[in-house]
Amino acid sequence: MDPRKEFIKQLRRYQKGSISRRHFLGVTGLGTAMAVMAAEVPGLMPRKAWAAGNIGDKVSLATWPNYHDPKDFEEFTKQTGAAVEVSVFGSNEEFLAKLQAGGTGWDVFVPTNYTVSTHASLGLIEPLDLKKVPNYDIAAQDARLIKEGTVNGTVYGAAKDWGTTGFAVNTAKVKENPTTWKQFWDLTQSTYSGRVTVHDYQLTTIGNALKYYGYSFNSNDEKELADAEKLLMAAKPHLFAITSDYQPAFRNGDAWLGICWTGDGKQLHRDIPEITYVLGKEGGEIWTDFYAVPKSAPNREGGYALINFLLDPQINATEVKFHGQPSTDSRTNKLLPDELLKDPIMYPAAELLAPLEFGSAATFTNPARAEILARFKAA
Amino acid sequence: MQGPRKWDWTAILLISPSVAIFLGLLVMPILVVLVLSFGERAEAGGYQAAFTFAQYANLPARWAAFRNTLTLAPLGTVICLLAAYPLAYYLAVKVSARNRLLLLILVIVPFWTSFLIRTYAWIFILGGKGLPALLDLIGIPDVRFINTPFAVLVGIVYGYLPLMVFPIFVSLERLDKRLLEASDDLGASPRRTFLQITLPLSAPGAVTGCMLVFILLMGEYLIPALLGGGKVFFIGNALVDLFLQSRNWPFGSAVALSLVIIMLVTVTIYLRVTLNNRGMRDQALV
Repeated sequence: MDPRKEFIKQLRRYQKGSISRRHFLGVTGLGTAMAVMAAEVPGLMPRKAWAAGNIGDKVSLATWPNYHDPKDFEEFTKQTGAAVEVSVFGSNEEFLAKLQAGGTGWDVFVPTNYTVSTHASLGLIEPLDLKKVPNYDIAAQDARLIKEGTVNGTVYGAAKDWGTTGFAVNTAKVKENPTTWKQFWDLTQSTYSGRVTVHDYQLTTIGNALKYYGYSFNSNDEKELADAEKLLMAAKPHLFAITSDYQPAFRNGDAWLGICWTGDGKQLHRDIPEITYVLGKEGGEIWTDFYAVPKSAPNREGGYALINFLLDPQINATEVKFHGQPSTDSRTNKLLPDELLKDPIMYPAAELLAPLEFGSAATFTNPARAEILARFKAA
Repeated sequence: MQGPRKWDWTAILLISPSVAIFLGLLVMPILVVLVLSFGERAEAGGYQAAFTFAQYANLPARWAAFRNTLTLAPLGTVICLLAAYPLAYYLAVKVSARNRLLLLILVIVPFWTSFLIRTYAWIFILGGKGLPALLDLIGIPDVRFINTPFAVLVGIVYGYLPLMVFPIFVSLERLDKRLLEASDDLGASPRRTFLQITLPLSAPGAVTGCMLVFILLMGEYLIPALLGGGKVFFIGNALVDLFLQSRNWPFGSAVALSLVIIMLVTVTIYLRVTLNNRGMRDQALV
């Protein structure tokens, strides 16, 4: 019998109700076909295979101002399907305070060298699963700069970049060519009253006030801190602002002199050449920032995928070109143009680097320092 | 004879959601803050159980923040009132019904944009390349606005004006216009009519507006942070610093509780003084 006629005959029987639906599907083979279709259709649908596996549709990053090229995040989304949700903070205390309070929703954040051990000992960050970050090649990093990413032999942070803390000077307005922290604070309280910014951050603002007297950037000595507080209180009426997001004030022409990190100095100088970046001769801070994964990360896999993506030397090179902080990764540096690698803002002269100090965990967690900055701000 | 008192289940059912909200979101948190305020800061920040009055003894360390809040909040409220009253009067009494709707919408429109963005805009208006540059052009050099108490006050008046306009507008609109005619018929001058009829009858709206603005201003954080440059410090800013920078929860709790107490006392005194007349108490929205 012609299969088509047979099919029509069975269909009529089904329509008249003389056979059941199940019998009809069975004898015509439609049931098998449907079962096969049902199992295969999702696989047959066009579906993109993400290189990093399926990491969800959102990765949350907590970081610093002016610290990433937004185009790199777009590229990450293109490659993984996950959007990057960025929140910006101006001090390491804020990272710590929020993680301690819980419920941040961050998958990655960017703590500075001297805070990694505190986060680790409070159980707020997890040991990095290095297998998930193949782009972080420890052998290719500058060992001196990344050592605090490791606590008791366990790697907690993958180095992002390093830098220094100096001050920005608008040379079109400031004619004294200041080169020391002594000059910085003296000019603040005289000629450039109302034109100076300092960080909203105890470590750098108190640290560089300590340098005025030639004390250590990391001093926790009661008397030395009292001296620093006296200087800060005297300088306060002369400040334009206390803020860690000071680029707008410089770009607007409101601020002419201010405590500044490498990358902000580089970005300001790139756009406004008369703004230069100076390291105080007395010293100050050298630092390294790390990517770390909070234990509370809701999208751990996504966090690792983002770190791995940003540490890809190609991507990292575009990041460095954008934010102007030197990389710790020799593979990234090979991809950078010579003018960046010889840039005096990013790579200060050896005699200026020599007196710089890495911040210490004790400096960061000292409650007396926190209270001094709070009093200074509330004064 | 009435039987033994019965539970009114309908009433209990109706008020239970609001009771739950009050207990869970107001009473409980205040109790937590009260307990924290007698504690100590833990080594790495946060809270550590203790019983000490040290946090309260340390309150004078935030004197400047209290002083700024307690001067700029009332000042801002008074300026809002003086600026809002003529506007509300115009909207309620003078303008034609057709234009009134349009003008009211214009008062509301700013609310369609985030308050943060609108305050950010003031940074550029008051910053070096904004108004000061304009003043420089007409021969007034070196004027600075941004990051001064003045800038904070501008932000306050700008941000809170609508909250003052609406209650006053409502009380003026409800005002029985026949009273004005009667006053006129009895030979009162327009000035006297305003002072003896309009003003007293619109006072409940003004009282409500002042309460709304003042209470919100006492807890203000954003405007001083953005337009004060971290230099014009409110208690709200001190609190954010204590919880998010120095992680001193006990001291933060003591400061927060002091703010609540100061607010309760000032508001009570304020209501006593302004609502001493019974007619007004019935009409005020508070």
